[in-house]
Amino acid sequence: MENLIALLVAAPLLGAAVLLCGGRRLDRAGHWLGTLLAAASFGIGAVLFFDMVGKDAGDRALHQKLFSWVPVADFQADIAFQLDQLSMTFVLLITGVGTLIHVYSIGYMEHDERRRRFFGYLNLFLAAMLLLVVADNYLLLYFGWEGVGLASYLLIGFWQHKPSAATAAKKAFLVNRVGDIGLSIAIMLMFTTFGTFAFGPVLGAAEGASEGKLTAIGLMLLLAACGKSAQVPLQSWLGDAMEGPTPVSALIHAATMVTAGVYLIVRSGAIFNAAPDAQLVVTVVGAVTLLFGAIVGCAKDDIKKALAGSTMSQIGYMILAAGLGPIGYAFAIMHLVTHGFFKAGLFLGAGSVMHGMNDEVDMRKYGGLRKYMPVTFVTFGLGYLAIIGFPGLSGFFSKDKIIEAAFAAGGAQGWILGAATLLGAGLTAFYMTRVMLMTFFGEERWRNKATASPAEPDVEPAAQTHGSHSEPHPHESPKSMTIPMIVLAFGSVFAGGFFAIGDRFANWLAPVTRFEHPHPPISVPVITGATIVVLLLGVAAAYLQYGRKPVPVVAPRGSLLTRAARRDLLQDDFNHVVLVRGGEHLTRSLVYLDHSVVDGVVNGTAASVGGLSGRLRKLQNGYARSYAVSMFGGTAILIAATLLMRAV
Amino acid sequence: MNTVAAAASTGEAVQFWILGTVAVVGALCTILLKKAVHSALCLAGTMIVLAVFYLANGAYFLGIVQIVVYTGAIMMLFLFVVMLVGVTAADSLTETLKGQRWLAAGCGLGFGVLLIAGIRHARLAEFNGLARANAGGNVQGLAELIFTKYVFAFEITGALLITATVGAMVLTNRERTERAKTQRELADKRVRDGKHLPPLPAPGVYARHNAVDIAGLLPDGTPSELTVMQTLRERGQIRDVSHEALNDLKALEQRSEERLGRDTDSHPDRGRDHDRAEEAAK
Amino acid sequence: MNPVNYLYLAALLFTIGAAGVLIRRNAIVVFMCVELMLNACNLSLVAFSRMHGNLDGQIIAFFTMVVAAAEVVVGLAIIVSLFRARHTASVDDASLMKL
Repeated sequence: MENLIALLVAAPLLGAAVLLCGGRRLDRAGHWLGTLLAAASFGIGAVLFFDMVGKDAGDRALHQKLFSWVPVADFQADIAFQLDQLSMTFVLLITGVGTLIHVYSIGYMEHDERRRRFFGYLNLFLAAMLLLVVADNYLLLYFGWEGVGLASYLLIGFWQHKPSAATAAKKAFLVNRVGDIGLSIAIMLMFTTFGTFAFGPVLGAAEGASEGKLTAIGLMLLLAACGKSAQVPLQSWLGDAMEGPTPVSALIHAATMVTAGVYLIVRSGAIFNAAPDAQLVVTVVGAVTLLFGAIVGCAKDDIKKALAGSTMSQIGYMILAAGLGPIGYAFAIMHLVTHGFFKAGLFLGAGSVMHGMNDEVDMRKYGGLRKYMPVTFVTFGLGYLAIIGFPGLSGFFSKDKIIEAAFAAGGAQGWILGAATLLGAGLTAFYMTRVMLMTFFGEERWRNKATASPAEPDVEPAAQTHGSHSEPHPHESPKSMTIPMIVLAFGSVFAGGFFAIGDRFANWLAPVTRFEHPHPPISVPVITGATIVVLLLGVAAAYLQYGRKPVPVVAPRGSLLTRAARRDLLQDDFNHVVLVRGGEHLTRSLVYLDHSVVDGVVNGTAASVGGLSGRLRKLQNGYARSYAVSMFGGTAILIAATLLMRAV
Repeated sequence: MNTVAAAASTGEAVQFWILGTVAVVGALCTILLKKAVHSALCLAGTMIVLAVFYLANGAYFLGIVQIVVYTGAIMMLFLFVVMLVGVTAADSLTETLKGQRWLAAGCGLGFGVLLIAGIRHARLAEFNGLARANAGGNVQGLAELIFTKYVFAFEITGALLITATVGAMVLTNRERTERAKTQRELADKRVRDGKHLPPLPAPGVYARHNAVDIAGLLPDGTPSELTVMQTLRERGQIRDVSHEALNDLKALEQRSEERLGRDTDSHPDRGRDHDRAEEAAK
Repeated sequence: MNPVNYLYLAALLFTIGAAGVLIRRNAIVVFMCVELMLNACNLSLVAFSRMHGNLDGQIIAFFTMVVAAAEVVVGLAIIVSLFRARHTASVDDASLMKL
């Protein structure tokens, strides 16, 4: 069984290699090959899963060592895999959702002439992410981590002919590099502290190490997680990453990439458990991001960017839960999985809408689409109900658990975190309802009559429309796109309940994450009730603003907060002012320093030597008599010195 | 003769002061006179004085060698070279290097003062005199030392002399890189070049000036350098007497006019010419 | 008279010769001044010989003369070839020993 782990990674890697090296011959069958290998990987994962379920809880973890990677004295790095319950969960999520997205992409990318390459990148993405989660040491994890960064760069910038896409890819890559530095520093610290970076020894020895070092390692790991999972302050790349094709957004947001940070923190749980300060920072980052993402999501008119804000917010929930320690790890992962289902479903739904609307992304130009794309409407609606935490659906269970755990953190911290999560739940309900209403309900604003300016009602519709802006004909997407959406909708509906009842999921992960039951200071039904109330308030507020009143096609100016949120709460301005300007000023001052001081010393030395030499050169005039005078004078001085020495 | 006293006699003192003055004056003349040939002669005088001093100090062999080798051979060699380079070429005594003369004077003065002070302060042993050393004859004594104690130095000196001789020959010898041209070839070349087919013109020969360094005059009265030998030409030692000849000519014309009874006082410039012609005639 | 006076005379002549080397520009005269310096040395050597009562000083003076003769031969050869090449005997004209 152990040998299958390598195959798990190898299948999509092979797909990537074949598709990227194979050339145009594979253009016609490439997408099938990619999908097949992703599915094969899922099949292998399923086989391993059922094998694992068949064993006792204690010895379910599998290990496989392929070969020694870097054997240098004390520095031993292996290409070795570890498949335990946590990894298994991720494997199934990645390969399962990944395969569905592959299938969806067949339809979505049908008209793109670089579809083969796209599937190669998708397979590469899967392979890197799988390597990340099945690695048995931090160095190999880092390898997968970088692979994910590379694949995300390639995919976000897939339509590189668009400058915005190319820029977004670069931005994602660079911001990720900041986080990667954190991970590499964390690995170096681990090596100096523990002498190794394999999971087993490091996490086993974490209890005994000094808290200061563990805090440092934990903070560096958090920095890494922030980069990959788009947490404050490294969140800025996520919104721009929407420039990639929609399946890529789904893949990044649901199954891969952003979940890597959560995985890293949960995997390193033993380190965080022993470093409470680092844990506190993790929860703060999670809480801030959760509200940040939600606020941004409320203001965006671009359907994908609204969903991106939502992702940021939901990952904030997970990070917050992961920062709570053993009471939260399982819930973080549980929310991750359910989120994987409904967010993938939502993104695929959004893609389906765009597909039918000539790639229009502005929700203010949607409206009343439920009649035209019923399947998309139903699946998107189920995902919507799941994400806002409608009782009985996936999101309800997983999010409710996180809110409980947040309250259970204890003391003022617990109250603040609990309040933040509750507020986040309300905001989630608000912005998701907003998306839902603006897209599928209300008047059909996409019709040219509706888009015509009220000031000039008599203008011919044709005169205003040109090119791709001609009136769209909303239609349902092909089967290859709707089937994955249906499957994901099933997951959105049932996964949460399946996992939550009897703490099934928490117990499954317990051998890895040491599950503890949260004990909130107020009783669980009260919390659940409060959550539902907040949820209803959010929905009601959204209905009042977007359901009752017609939605203006041109966005109103809005309040200061709205305008800030439309600009992603000024994240880019902040980065520009603090980092870019600061960097420029630093560089300028360094250049000045270099020119004036460093060059000054060097040039000054050279100039003084040159000047002195120029003067000395005049002594060297070529006249033998001149030299003879110096010789003669020197002799006289020597005689004088000799006589003086004699006299003294 | 073999008894050179430790202390100098009164006669020697007189001789020292007189000849010493001569030597210093000769040395000063050597460095101050403009013409190299004068310098060489003054130096030769100084050297002869030094030879006398050698003899007075009991160095009979050296005294003779000084006269024979230095004054006789080396100084004559100097004179040869001076002649070769140009005996009449006088040095300009204006200094071209900035501050060189002052530096030289300062250094020389300081050096001399220091040397004399050094000698004054030196604890000099009593003069022993050479009576005992010269007992078997000065030449014999020197020979004994040269061929025993200093034999290696002597041999090496021989090698040095040979090297110097060869070196001098190498330095002055001009290697002939091509076959010397025969008379016929030279004649052919002259015909080919088309210049100076006949022999070169002779130097100027006049009643009062006939010497090889005077250029002959062309029919219009200008001197032609072709008439002077090449070596003198290169040294720039051509004497130009053309204006004298012209003046003579004018004087001649003047006199003939006077004889013919022409009025000269009406032309003041002619009168001046006349005066000058008179002077030239004298 | 004290024979030390010969030493003073030698010092004087030597200094005069040195000054001549520094002042004169004609290579031949410079060379003569060098000879003058050598002769001054010889005089002092001879005086020393008398002072010590042995002939070693005279021997050294003798060698000096030989070396001076060799030097004169080579030096004059150099002057002659210099004159041949540049048509001058001025030491200042041979001032290429600089940058």
